[in-house]
Amino acid sequence: MAEATTPLMVDLDPATVPLEDIDVSQRELWSQNKKYPFFKRLRDEAPVHYCKDSEFGPYWSVTRFEDIMEVEQNWQSFSSDPTIVIQDPEEDFELPMFIAMDPPKHDEQRKTVQGVVAPRNLQNLEGTIRSRVQTILDDLPVGEQFNWVDRVSIELTTQMLATLFDFPFEDRRKLTRWSDVATGGPETGIVESEEQRREELYECLEYFTRLWQEREGTEEGIDLISMLAHGDATKNMDPQEYLGNLVLLIVGGNDTTRNSITGGVIALNENPGEYAKLRNNPKVIPNMVSEIIRWVTPLAHMRRTAVKDYVLNGQQIKAGDKLVMWYASGNRDERAIDRPDEFIIDRARARQHLSFGFGIHRCMGNRLAEMQLRILWEEIQKRFHKIEMVGEPERIPSNFVHGFSDLQVVLHPH
Amino acid sequence: MVKITYIEHDGTQHQIDAEVGTTVMNAALDNLVPGIDADCGGECSCATCHVMVDKTWMPKVGSPSDAEESMLDLNPERVENSRLSCQIPVTDELDGLVVNLPEFQF
Repeated sequence: MAEATTPLMVDLDPATVPLEDIDVSQRELWSQNKKYPFFKRLRDEAPVHYCKDSEFGPYWSVTRFEDIMEVEQNWQSFSSDPTIVIQDPEEDFELPMFIAMDPPKHDEQRKTVQGVVAPRNLQNLEGTIRSRVQTILDDLPVGEQFNWVDRVSIELTTQMLATLFDFPFEDRRKLTRWSDVATGGPETGIVESEEQRREELYECLEYFTRLWQEREGTEEGIDLISMLAHGDATKNMDPQEYLGNLVLLIVGGNDTTRNSITGGVIALNENPGEYAKLRNNPKVIPNMVSEIIRWVTPLAHMRRTAVKDYVLNGQQIKAGDKLVMWYASGNRDERAIDRPDEFIIDRARARQHLSFGFGIHRCMGNRLAEMQLRILWEEIQKRFHKIEMVGEPERIPSNFVHGFSDLQVVLHPH
Repeated sequence: MVKITYIEHDGTQHQIDAEVGTTVMNAALDNLVPGIDADCGGECSCATCHVMVDKTWMPKVGSPSDAEESMLDLNPERVENSRLSCQIPVTDELDGLVVNLPEFQF
């Protein structure tokens, strides 16, 4: 007799599946984009929901905007240590990074590097970003099919990241690879085995250690490596902690905006009326950028671990419990957002979304992300009447990185 | 109604009438004063409604709570009279309040 296995959510009807059987962490829900009706059911009937068994062990799902905000604000009860993803860290391969720390250490390390992506510094980057965007767009084939993810989304975010690290430009695709490897284990097909994953991450560490050594001997520059090597809170990090923080900065600057760039094209294609609005009024771009970031929600969740007992919206959370704040659900919560399933580029209060998180761990690169997207769409509108999506996008089988590996498009110039 | 003046980084002044009971953040949004984003909607959780309170008004406005302090502390451009405007309730006592807006919100 076969062993009982957890039912596959994608095969079930979200309206009738017993609440206690719902497991929104299953990869298939994400790769096939079938999660939203399950989240709606949870928001309506069990907004703080306990899943007793999953690939990642038992966990609570927090699905409403307001409840997510409550967890975000209370770092004293809900710790970011040991990790901020649903999957527990591997015991023999820990990657300490400041996003997965609590105050005071979190604050000290974050303060060391956040200046590089603060608005004052971004002013100086705007010209660089614009000229790189222009080059990328001008090199694209017109009238023939290509993968937008590879040629634009990955290329632009990787160039940006290389700039922030002052990383050798010709080697920049290594950053893309390390970002993918950091968030994807063997089950995603990105690597063959866990050993391979670690090996590649050690190559990353080795490469960056060389850069560190070059820069610690020279005057502090305004790149992230130099800032880490000179900062009081970070200069004595051990190698694993250096690797952890590198992974944080690489993934934070790469996997996120990459998917907002792709997701925006998809959303506009699915909503031709909104695309028309954009053509008629390019001034809407900054607002559209916020709406794209909400709509896409490039990181689907953040996880916390309760360090004390707490009653959250009527549910008794125990110290040690794992909570998953599903931003992908909170950003579709009809209690907080008007017509949340619709993509509306001139939406009122578009900035009030969860994609950057809230509280002390709020995304520190938010202004850089918005700037890259704004410049990209300004330059796209100057060149192209339409970026036509041909065929369905290929989605990443992950409940954390909420994005796309392939989007075939054809460009139509003005 | 109490009068509040917001001064943009470039010196542009906006004097508005605010209702008692609202916040300095909401009064700005309701009167279309630019320069305040308020991404979290007044929850003290994003620090994008940062203002610098005119120093003569600091005694009446008061100092930030611990929660506000933890958000302000992460802003590299935070100064002594920095406050999050969503955490300043409008009261009769604040009639004539002057706040300066930063060049950038974070």
